[in-house]
Amino acid sequence: MIKQKVRVKTFQINGIDVTGRSDSTILEVAKEHDIHIPTLCYLEGLSCVGACRICLVEIKGSNKLIPACTGKIKEGMEVFTDTDRLHKHRKMILSMIFAERTHTCSVCVSNGHCELQDMSVELGMEHSQVPYLTNRFDIDASHERFVNDPNRCILCTRCVRVCDEVEGAHAWDLVDRGLDTRVIHDMDDPWVESESCTSCGKCVQVCPTGALSEKGVSATEMVKKKSLIVNLLEMRNRER
Amino acid sequence: MSAPTDARYKMVERTMKKLGYKRSALIESLHTAQETFGYLDKPALKFIAKRLRLPLAKVYGVATFYHYFRLKPKGEHNVVVCMGTACYIKGAKEILHRLEKRYGIGAGETTEDGKLSLLTARCVGSCSLAPIAICDNKPKGKLTVEDAVENIEKALS
Amino acid sequence: MITTLEELEEIANKKQCENNECREELRVCIGSSCLSLGAKEIEKDLKKSVKDRGIEHRCRVKGVGCNGLCAAGVLVSHYDNESGEEVLYEKITEEDTDKLAKAVESQKPLEEHRSDMSRGFFAKQKKIVLENAGYIDPDDIEDYIAHGGYRALFTTLNDATPMEVISQIKQSGLRGRGGGGYPTGLKWETVAKVDAEKKYIVCNGDEGDPGAFMDRAIMEADPHRVIEGMALAGYACGAAKGYIYVRAEYPTAVEKLNKAIKQANRLGILGNKIADSGFDFELEVRLGGGAFVCGEATALVTSIEGNRGNPRQKPPHLSDHGLWGEPTVLNNVETFANIVPILNNGAQWYRGFGTEKSPGTKVFALTGHIENTGLVEVPMGMKLSELIYDIGGGVSEGRNLKAIQTGGPSGGCIPADMLDLEVDYDSLKKVGSMMGSGGVIVTDDSSNMVEVARFFMEFCKSESCGKCVPCRVGTTEMTDILDKFINKEATKEDFELLKEMCEVVKESSLCGLGQTAPNPVLSTIKYFEEEYIKGIKDD
Ligand SMILES: Cc1cc2nc3c(=O)[nH]c(=O)nc-3n(C[C@H](O)[C@H](O)[C@H](O)COP(=O)(O)O)c2cc1C
Ligand code: SF4
Ligand code: SF4
Ligand code: FES
Ligand code: FES
Repeated sequence: MIKQKVRVKTFQINGIDVTGRSDSTILEVAKEHDIHIPTLCYLEGLSCVGACRICLVEIKGSNKLIPACTGKIKEGMEVFTDTDRLHKHRKMILSMIFAERTHTCSVCVSNGHCELQDMSVELGMEHSQVPYLTNRFDIDASHERFVNDPNRCILCTRCVRVCDEVEGAHAWDLVDRGLDTRVIHDMDDPWVESESCTSCGKCVQVCPTGALSEKGVSATEMVKKKSLIVNLLEMRNRER
Repeated sequence: MSAPTDARYKMVERTMKKLGYKRSALIESLHTAQETFGYLDKPALKFIAKRLRLPLAKVYGVATFYHYFRLKPKGEHNVVVCMGTACYIKGAKEILHRLEKRYGIGAGETTEDGKLSLLTARCVGSCSLAPIAICDNKPKGKLTVEDAVENIEKALS
Repeated sequence: MITTLEELEEIANKKQCENNECREELRVCIGSSCLSLGAKEIEKDLKKSVKDRGIEHRCRVKGVGCNGLCAAGVLVSHYDNESGEEVLYEKITEEDTDKLAKAVESQKPLEEHRSDMSRGFFAKQKKIVLENAGYIDPDDIEDYIAHGGYRALFTTLNDATPMEVISQIKQSGLRGRGGGGYPTGLKWETVAKVDAEKKYIVCNGDEGDPGAFMDRAIMEADPHRVIEGMALAGYACGAAKGYIYVRAEYPTAVEKLNKAIKQANRLGILGNKIADSGFDFELEVRLGGGAFVCGEATALVTSIEGNRGNPRQKPPHLSDHGLWGEPTVLNNVETFANIVPILNNGAQWYRGFGTEKSPGTKVFALTGHIENTGLVEVPMGMKLSELIYDIGGGVSEGRNLKAIQTGGPSGGCIPADMLDLEVDYDSLKKVGSMMGSGGVIVTDDSSNMVEVARFFMEFCKSESCGKCVPCRVGTTEMTDILDKFINKEATKEDFELLKEMCEVVKESSLCGLGQTAPNPVLSTIKYFEEEYIKGIKDD
């Protein structure tokens, strides 16, 4: 592995001069400077996978779009986060997410507190531009406290990452591939039978939609603790 | 499949040992297990997970990602219809459709009596003989729809 | 164990003498295609017949790799070691074996099976990568050595610095044969310049393009050439370990490679202190598992590490963050197979073939509605018409050519009126297709181009790893829309949506699979738009 010395780099986002540590991502620097870039699979404190493609940005001089959450900064680069081209792409991608599974908000526990819903408001999207697909999956309500409804899952893998990287249990992983991909426990066992799950509930808290929720809450009641992971990691660091 | 004391587990153990029980030995171990047992069932997957100190979910995730791995036993007889480009251009779709209809199973399925599995492949590398089907490990090239059915009938009888 | 060039020559000489003990050879093609036509049985029967006729001291029977004309299998060549004359027999079946042995005994060629070797199929090819295919016994390292094998490695280790090797490769202009055409010398140089304790060389033998089988033929017919190329890459870049990633669907290739590695290890051609130099190199074969996406560089590497084959965002590139996080060179099988001839004959010689920007040759797999299906190796820059008509023998059953598809699921269709196109990386890109791995699929006028586009889209859909949204959902949506066109139920809005989705999926997907998945649709829209219009219902 090649280690590079950390320095400070100066570049531009939307015409504004910004600086950041040379090992930062575009998203991190944008946040530090209060420039908003929409994200879905990204969650502070977890590794970045660049899977949802909502955070794509343009770089001057390149035709390629790159995800701000994984793209490292470069001296002198000119980043644009808010162009017509990006709007068009983001809307289409969000449409695809909505079309992939069943996101009927009115009956969802996360209605009103859902990151996916927020995103559609932010991007001004009223209906999906693409036809709805028909993949349907069984709901797993076997656990005494939690429910997993794969039909509301957007495959952001936050649950998989938090369980592996923060809780250390790696009880979740992905099964199958392509459109059939799902998040599962162990060997696709019912949640309650999982040998590895510690029932800590972190996955439920980080899930951006109503796919993972607590039992006993009714529609619109599931409010998630968004800063849980960052706080937890900070506490751990302080102990050392 | 019987308990992990089964002598066949030794084969899998040998692969893992050869690769130093490293976590990266997972896929090679799954290949050996499938070769020895014919398919991968949960006890075998659990055995591998344990020996390589891997999370169960990870092993299951890997086993289901690669289409070469089978989690269910194959039928007594197998027909693999090649659906690669060359075979497709030369009418592999019709062959597959006919077989699906004739035996009432879709691609990737096994008949209820466990006699026949109908599988598909993406190019078996003999494109010059397209369209091609592999009946019980014997490749049959330049097939017509009738040939295909006939070949299977022969194998089943 | 051999440590010097002299010892290598000794093996070569011994083997050559042994080969010359028998004046004649019957070489049975045991490439995949001929194998499935019963080549193994034919080899066995021939051995028996030759023995029965008491001519085994005069004529040896051996199995060799694919010589290309797969459509006319099983192929058996009768070779005279002294005169260098060769008679090729096509369409040999088990019934013909004794007749063939008799022909050898009586010195009277079996005319009815004799292949015309002066025709375009053979005459217009230039074999560099496949020079040994069809001649040497892939199971025998000594046969490879007798044909000049491992000399490049030994001389290089003795006389050349790593930078000299890289400079030769750079000067040769060799470009990666895995599809992208990235300059191989540059790739090696980047990794060579990195200061790291561990580095890796990886060979991409995943060959996922459905309808391409050149890498398979190389691995099966001449495994040592790939191994030698990889060892040279290891020396040039400072890597001591390499992996060959082969699809599990190629059991014969896996077997040949494993055998070859074992033999090389035994002779000390792989291992520690090769050729008494300070260079160590170790090789292992790893199996893929039926996932096209694992041909993508980052996915392949993570698959070797034992994970699901999900690609990751680049950069970092493999050259600084590859296998186990270490600098890694990843090249295609055919790319590695080009290294030995370049180092043996020099960069200038290599530049004598092909075009200025794409030197050398390319192996193509000709399939579809074409007379001579099979593997051919031709200089880059050859006109499509020569490839299809002179070498390929034209469209089968006397039908008319409609289009030529290159580049597999990432490529595009070239219409029949562009037959003057000179085939290389850049010209194909310009017309909206791609070199890809080298699959060339000929379609005649009975084909529906929307269906061809749908075939590839459906392929990408079922091979999408599912990690990123545009590819996972987009390929499914587009397959559904293409179905509407095929069923003549599409609307004008569907056509607009299809085009828009092509753009979004192309530009926003994470890896090459999604980024190129729309290509077959885009190129068929470009050249065969009327077939899409026909799929729109009138209202
Ligand atoms: C989806 C996908 C599949 C690929 N499949 C293959 C393959 O089967 N074989 C191959 O050599 N390269 C394949 N490639 C290209 C490789 O990623 C890589 O560029 C290549 O192996 C580099 O070697 P080269 O420089 O020698 O061409 C694929 C790329 C993508 C995006
Ligand atoms: S269950 Fe929730 S956190 Fe997990 S992948 Fe699905 S949407 Fe993301
Ligand atoms: S483009 Fe397709 S194959 Fe590549 S990472 Fe995205 S989903 Fe996976
Ligand atoms: S496409 Fe069927 S063998 Fe290649
Ligand atoms: S497989 Fe025999 S000529 Fe190709």
